[in-house]
Amino acid sequence: MSTGIYILAFAILLAGLYAIVAKKNVVKIIIGLLAMDYALNLLLVLVGYRTGGTPPILAEGQAPAKLAAAAVDPLPQAMVLTSIVIGLGLTALMVAMGIRLYERYGTFDTNRIRKLRG
Amino acid sequence: MTPFVPLLVILPLGAAFCIVAMAQVSRLRRLAAPLAVAVVLVNLAISALLLGAGDIRTFVGGWGPASTLGIELVCDGLSRLMAVTINLVSLVAFVFAVPYMRRFTKVWLFDAMLLMMIGAMNGVVLAGDLFNLFVFLEIAAIASYALVAFGCQADELEAAFKYMVLGTVGSALILLGVTIIYSLTGQLNMAIVHSLLGKAGLGGPAVMLAAAALLGGLALKAAMVPFHAWLPDAHPSAPAPISAMLSGVLIKASGVYVMARVVFNVFGVSDRLAVILMAMGAMSMLIGVLLAVGQWDFKRLLAYHSISQMGYVVLAIGAAVQVAARPSPDMALAGLCLFGGLYHLLNHAMFKSLLFLSSGSIEQQTGTRELKKMGGLARRMKVTSFCCRVGALSIAGVPPFNGFFSKLIIIIALVLAGHEVLAAMAVFVALVTLISFVKVQRYALEGAAADAHAADAVEAPVLMQTAMVVLAVICIVSGLAIVPLRQHVFGPAADALLAAGKLLSMGGAP
Amino acid sequence: MSEGMTPIVKNTARLVSGFIAVFGIYIALTGHLSPGGGFAGGVILAAAAVLIVLAFGRVTAERIFTPSQCHLWDAAGAGMFLAVALLGYFSGGFFVNFIGHISKGHVGKLFSGGTILVSNLFILIKVAAGLVGAFLALSAFRRQGAGADGGLTEGGMSA
Repeated sequence: MSTGIYILAFAILLAGLYAIVAKKNVVKIIIGLLAMDYALNLLLVLVGYRTGGTPPILAEGQAPAKLAAAAVDPLPQAMVLTSIVIGLGLTALMVAMGIRLYERYGTFDTNRIRKLRG
Repeated sequence: MTPFVPLLVILPLGAAFCIVAMAQVSRLRRLAAPLAVAVVLVNLAISALLLGAGDIRTFVGGWGPASTLGIELVCDGLSRLMAVTINLVSLVAFVFAVPYMRRFTKVWLFDAMLLMMIGAMNGVVLAGDLFNLFVFLEIAAIASYALVAFGCQADELEAAFKYMVLGTVGSALILLGVTIIYSLTGQLNMAIVHSLLGKAGLGGPAVMLAAAALLGGLALKAAMVPFHAWLPDAHPSAPAPISAMLSGVLIKASGVYVMARVVFNVFGVSDRLAVILMAMGAMSMLIGVLLAVGQWDFKRLLAYHSISQMGYVVLAIGAAVQVAARPSPDMALAGLCLFGGLYHLLNHAMFKSLLFLSSGSIEQQTGTRELKKMGGLARRMKVTSFCCRVGALSIAGVPPFNGFFSKLIIIIALVLAGHEVLAAMAVFVALVTLISFVKVQRYALEGAAADAHAADAVEAPVLMQTAMVVLAVICIVSGLAIVPLRQHVFGPAADALLAAGKLLSMGGAP
Repeated sequence: MSEGMTPIVKNTARLVSGFIAVFGIYIALTGHLSPGGGFAGGVILAAAAVLIVLAFGRVTAERIFTPSQCHLWDAAGAGMFLAVALLGYFSGGFFVNFIGHISKGHVGKLFSGGTILVSNLFILIKVAAGLVGAFLALSAFRRQGAGADGGLTEGGMSA
């Protein structure tokens, strides 16, 4: 289980990077950036996984020490939550900028959005 | 002073939220700009008071030193220096922005976003653990993407989109580095990670991958040469106070400062990292200035010079890492390299912001950024051109302005460390910088006006002049006050980096 | 062009959006007991509002929640969150759980965990208002170039 999913996460990361580098359409670049963000979130959650672990929720009457020994690491989950929110803010901003670019240039093709040179 | 440290972050953020709420009531909208300026002034006062307060470590939420999971805010020598720099440049940029932004609508949005960027940058320099650092980096970056696009003209949007794509890739790389470090050590606190990575058994390819990812992402934020493509588009297209903030503090606080922290206080000094830093610094220095000389757009020229001057700083920091990583390190020499680098960082914040603000003033009064279309402004815009001259002389390294001293120290330190070729390159770059600013002086300030619009330029509004004069005075004073600055400000900053884990340790580190 | 979608969609949206909103608030309220919390609850609450905008059309929906109100609630939620953090100064430091110092509550009940419950509620308000504002701003753009519906004055940023 472990190696396969890590490789998958890196593969999604590289696919996103490929989309950013090689694609000429603004919307496809945005999707590539999102894919990179989600691959990193996946990687971060996987780092905290413990094989056969329980969710890190304290049931009634359970001792905290027992939970800490059996549960999945909750700190990466908190980090991923923050990272997802950051990704959300970035997505909203990118999409707004993409729409405004379309308004100004009339196209989503980055080959023609090229007023700045030098 | 301990309770005041989080205030450096909270006050700008809280004021941003207040401004957004107040602006919905149209009568209170006029209060937005004065509130913002007042908050940044208070921030500057707190950071000035912190300069005399010694090292402070405080934990958010009371999760004291006993637990290793708390969010720690660290205010050591380097943080104090950066906090004063950030708040000072922010105050001046805000004062400049009050008359400059009158041409835009929804200025309250600008004020709120700029305050968020300032609060986030203060958070970056105060953060004591890796993930908090990443979050504040992201807040500052997202605010800056929106601010670059603020005017919504075609070239601003294009520049902001390119900046955003590259900036997000950089942030993704930083997150990758933090993830790998967490999976290796299980801790996020920088001091604890340093002590864990220092032990034998945690070397090898994983740490190298983490270092490569972190340095790659940070080099992108600091606009070092292979990753500089966003800067020449983003900085000229932004409104002038934002260009001053971006070039003056953002690439430093979120690029160079974090690089220094990560290399010294997380990974520990090593020769490999030193070579990477020095190579990037030298390439940026050279390529930045060679690309800058041929530019005819004033702000684009200044943007390329930013790349080159940041190359100086990273080169000095890299030399310090290399000296400290030798088998028998000469700590005084490493301290000298760091002093040169950090002093140049402060000076660059001052004179680059001054130059960008004066270019904004010129652009507002003459309506153009092309050097060939300006001319003779020395007669008609006396204060602006005086400040522009001070800035140009500082960046070119003419005594007694501050740029001369910091470049001299860097060159001397490089020679003492045995890198004569790099020192010669630094001298060459300084000469080419001087040449390009002589060109600026000749075309913008001297000569005859080339354009009817430039011919009737009048002086900029009083607030803009005040902002520029303040920075010009600081440029002159910080050059003359080098000895007390070294003793009180830069000495502790260099010590904070060189003492690595010892100074930041939580008193119970394994 | 008539506003919004067909009457079937409108009636269903009117019926269902209330339940979605309640579910979102529930997820935010029990954030300290089960997965979820302020952000997830806020997104679900915003989804209820977005359903209304999609079903009834933007112009009708903007009479119910205007962008200005969204900005106000957004800033209010964030400001109250910051105020809760600042109140921690009375108990020792920044962001200290001052309610937890008064009484810890019982594990597994609703009133436990101190300020976490309160923080979750404010985050709920902020996220919901922010997302609805962002959606309204993005949906204000029209296909043919500049000008329509005030999309130009937003300054390149959504909420």
